[in-house]
Amino acid sequence: MSDQMKKAPYVVPIGPIHPALKEPVQFLFDVEGEVVKKADFAPGQTHRGIEWMGMRRNPVQIIHMTDRICGICGVTHSFAFARAVEQIVDIEVPPHAEYIRVIIAEFERIQSHLLWAGVAAHELGFDTLFYLAWRVREEAMDVIEYITGNRVNYGLIQVGGVRRDITPEQHPTIQKCLDGYRDLLGKMLNLFLHDTTISIRCKDCGLLSFEQALNLCTVGPTARASGVMKDVRFDYPYSAYGDLDITPILPSAYGGEINGDVYDRIVVRLLEVAQSIEIIETCLKEMPDGPILWEPKLPKLLSACKKAHGEAVGRHEAPRGECLHYVAMDGHDAPAMWKVKASSYSNLHAWIPMLEGEQLADVPIIVASIDPCLSCTDRVAVIRGTKRDLLTKEDLHRLSVEKTRRIQGC
Amino acid sequence: MNETILTPEELVDRLRTTFGDVVTDPRIVTRAEGAKKNPNTNVWMTITRDSLKPVIRHLMEITYPHLSVISGWDVGEELRMQYIFSIYFGNHHGEYMVIFTVPLAKNDLNIPTISDLIPGALFTEREKQEMFGVKVTDIPDGRRLFLPEDFPEGVYPLRKDETGVPDSMIKHLWQVKRPTDRPAPPVTEKEENSPSKEVKSDE
Repeated sequence: MSDQMKKAPYVVPIGPIHPALKEPVQFLFDVEGEVVKKADFAPGQTHRGIEWMGMRRNPVQIIHMTDRICGICGVTHSFAFARAVEQIVDIEVPPHAEYIRVIIAEFERIQSHLLWAGVAAHELGFDTLFYLAWRVREEAMDVIEYITGNRVNYGLIQVGGVRRDITPEQHPTIQKCLDGYRDLLGKMLNLFLHDTTISIRCKDCGLLSFEQALNLCTVGPTARASGVMKDVRFDYPYSAYGDLDITPILPSAYGGEINGDVYDRIVVRLLEVAQSIEIIETCLKEMPDGPILWEPKLPKLLSACKKAHGEAVGRHEAPRGECLHYVAMDGHDAPAMWKVKASSYSNLHAWIPMLEGEQLADVPIIVASIDPCLSCTDRVAVIRGTKRDLLTKEDLHRLSVEKTRRIQGC
Repeated sequence: MNETILTPEELVDRLRTTFGDVVTDPRIVTRAEGAKKNPNTNVWMTITRDSLKPVIRHLMEITYPHLSVISGWDVGEELRMQYIFSIYFGNHHGEYMVIFTVPLAKNDLNIPTISDLIPGALFTEREKQEMFGVKVTDIPDGRRLFLPEDFPEGVYPLRKDETGVPDSMIKHLWQVKRPTDRPAPPVTEKEENSPSKEVKSDE
C-alpha cells in the first residue's frame, strides 16, 4: 500500500465550484503523468432546495421561482413546470400563447448555444472567437429583452399561457435579428469548424460512444453528438412544436461521420442555432390570433389549481436537452410533490467516460463540451504523494492554452 | 431488439399478460397541444417492488428505454417511487412516456437497484437515498449526491413525516436581520430616504 502511495496515479481534485452555477461539481481525478486514469465528481455544492420551497408555495408563485432555477435557461423550467400543472388542472393553453412560448424558447437556445460556443473558444485559448461569439449573442439578448422586458429571468410564462404578447409591430425587429444571424452563421461555421487548431484540439477528444450515450441516459446535444436521435421537440411534439417540421440535428448533418467527440458537439450546437432561426421564422409567420392566457384573473386560476388532483410530467427540450418536471397535486394550494430534472442532471455522468484517458490540459474543454457552464472549475488541488499543490482555474486554463500553443508551434 | 412498435394499449396488454396482477391501475393519458392539437401519450401504471426489475428488463427487451429520472412522493402512509421512462424516441411523434409507480411501505423502505440494467440510473438512485431515506439495495455507489457531508443523518428533505426537515433547520428570510459583523452600508438610512434625492435619467 505504502509503495503504491509513492507512485502514480496521483489524485487531483477540481472544485468545489463557483456558487452561481446551476449544477456545481467537484472533480476528483487519478492522474498518471498528464493522463486522467479515473474520474469522479460530486455535485450539489450549492443545492438550494428549490423543490422543498416549491412544495410550500402555490403554482403561480412557483412559476416565478422556476424562472430563477437557471440563469441561462430562463424559460425552460417555467415551460416544463407550466405544462405539468396544465395537464393536472386540464388547462387548454391558447395556440397563440403556445407559439410565443416556442419563439422565446428558441431564442433562448440561440443565446445559450452562442454563449457555449464562446466559452468553448475561450477554453481553447481562442479569445478572439470568444469575443465574437459573445458579441453576436447580445443581439439575441436584446430581442429577448425587447419581447419580455428582461435579459434573464424573463417572467414570460404563466400557468395557462404567457404574460406578454408578441404584436405584429414587433415582428420587424425580431426578423432583423434573425436575418443578422443567418448572414453570420456561415462565418461562424467556418471559424469554428474549419480552424486547424480547433480541429486538432476537439477531434477525437472527450469521446462518448453511442452505447455509452444511451446507457447513461444522456440528453440533448450531448446525446445527439454521439448519434442518439433524441429530441423531445421531434419525438414528443408538445406545445406548438407539433405544428412545425423539426428533425433532430446529428453531427452527420454537416457531412462528417459521427464520432461523439467535442468537435461533434460543436457541430450540433452551431447547426441548432440555424434550426432555431427557421423555427422562429415559421412561428412568426404562422402564429394564430387569440388570447395569450387561459385565465387572466389569478384568483380564478389559483382556485382551479387548488381543486385539482393528480400527477403529471411536463417536459421541454432545453438548450442542453430534456428538462422534466414531475408535479403531483392533492387539492391544496401547494403541490404535494415537485421534482425538477434539469438537462445537465442527465448529462453529468457522461463526463466520466469522456474524461478517462484524456490529458489534464483537455479537461476544461471536455468539461465544457456538455455545456454545464464551465466557470465552475474555480480551483484545483494536485496531490502528488503527500505533497499538495493548489491550482487555480486560471492555472488549468493556462495549461489548456499552452497545449494549443504547443500544437501550433508558437 | 424487437423492431415492432407497440402502441400504448398494446404495451399495457403485454405487461399485464406477462406479469399478471402485479401491474395495476394502468392509465393512458393523452393530451393534445398546439394549433393542430397533436396528441401525446403518457402511460402510468403501478407495479410492485418485487416485479420492478423483471418489468424493466422486459421493457428493455421491447426497446431500450430512456430513464429520465426516478421521482418520489410521500403520500403519508406510503412512499411512492416513480420510474419515469420514455420509449421509442428517434421516431417522429412516436415517443411516449411510461411511468411505473412503485409503492413502498414506510416500515420497509428498500428497493432494488436498476443501475445494473441502466447505468445512468445510479445518479438518481443516489439522490433518492438521501432525499427520501429509501435504501437502494446493491447500489454500486451509495454516497450522497447533492446533500452536504455535514447534513444530519436521518433527515430526508423531501419526506413529509417526522424524518423531514425539522423547523429548527429552517431559516425564514423575513426573520433574518442585517448581519452585525459586516461593515456599515455605504449609504446611511437617512440618505436613502432623503426626499431631495435626484432621479437620474438613463439617457
